[in-house]
Amino acid sequence: MNAPFPPPPSQEGGDGGSQAMPAPYHDGLPSGRPSGKTMKERLVQLEVLRYNPDTDTEAHFQRYEVMCQEEWVVLDALNKVKESIDPTLNYRWSCHMAVCGSCGMMINGEPKLSCHSFLRDYEGVIRVEPLTHFPVERDLVTAPDDFMEKLKRVKPYVITKQKKPIEAGEYKQTPAQLMKFRQYSMCINCMLCYAACPEYGLTPHFVGPAALTLAHRYNLDSRDEGRRERMEVVATREGVWECTFVGACSEVCPAQVDPASALQQLKIVGSIDWIVEHLLPGGKP
Amino acid sequence: MAKSHKPVVWFPFAAGGTVIAFCMPVIVVLGLLAALGQVPPGLSYESLHGFAAHGTGKLILFGVIALSLWSSAHRLRCTCYDFGLRADTLIATMLYVAAIVGSAATAMFLFRI
Repeated sequence: MNAPFPPPPSQEGGDGGSQAMPAPYHDGLPSGRPSGKTMKERLVQLEVLRYNPDTDTEAHFQRYEVMCQEEWVVLDALNKVKESIDPTLNYRWSCHMAVCGSCGMMINGEPKLSCHSFLRDYEGVIRVEPLTHFPVERDLVTAPDDFMEKLKRVKPYVITKQKKPIEAGEYKQTPAQLMKFRQYSMCINCMLCYAACPEYGLTPHFVGPAALTLAHRYNLDSRDEGRRERMEVVATREGVWECTFVGACSEVCPAQVDPASALQQLKIVGSIDWIVEHLLPGGKP
Repeated sequence: MAKSHKPVVWFPFAAGGTVIAFCMPVIVVLGLLAALGQVPPGLSYESLHGFAAHGTGKLILFGVIALSLWSSAHRLRCTCYDFGLRADTLIATMLYVAAIVGSAATAMFLFRI
């Protein structure tokens, strides 16, 4: 479940030999490891929600104190805890650069990628909990099954009525056609938007922000012919009409996908379809 | 699952939201100016009364007021839902009836000008 913990960046490395070994915590941002020996350390207090289904009847908080470097992220602190204090701590992570979407958790009550939450932005005890609105499997690990099932239902892939033979060449697309959906294709399936969405919390059958946004992404794709199939799922009460445009999904999205805008556009498409179907004689969307 | 009929209430809500975004700030500012006795030229009582007495003026005023009422009713319904008030049918009926009554009253008053 957890990738092995790479050793924290050494403070003793100096400048001379640092080229041979890249900083393991560098995430491509300008806030990466500074050169020299002046890196600041700080005692970080973490309050982590623990739950072991084999022994616990309910979840409880556990406090850890761990020395961290100032430029580390919360995931680094968790890794340090796991390596040096408590190897039983469970959580998911993989890329450490906000690409894989697997380290989503509630940090001080907000859905965040722990690899993208810098310790310098937090003071005092940092409370770390599993993503809300999802069943907890163990400690910070949640079960994403409901999201996966919804993702499948919206058919997030290009659907064509007739498959072209390979000899017919590629499906061409202009840059303008690409730009129509590009933003909505940047989703990393981290499920932060589901944890942020009050509607999903209140109405678990809601298809939800990320899946609907991907439906919109494929509806907008010039190569796709599956819009009618998708709208059978999207234009239902459980689909886009459960959304009340709170907008929290877009606020927490680490990939700037802006699911709220996709859902609003889907509502316009769904409304036009409804008018065509119900008010125009013989109308089909 | 069957497709939803929510577009019936959502389309006027979206239209009303657009109307509110464009018109309401202007109406509030003009209202405050009028309250301070600083009525801009051309917006005196007589000229606005003339506007409301004209057929097109009546239509515009009715559109702005009715759509704004409908939009506000729907927004309030969604807000109640978000706050966990799950008696959606009751809340929706009350708010939509209020918006319809307000729109009917607007039509009646405009008709009498």
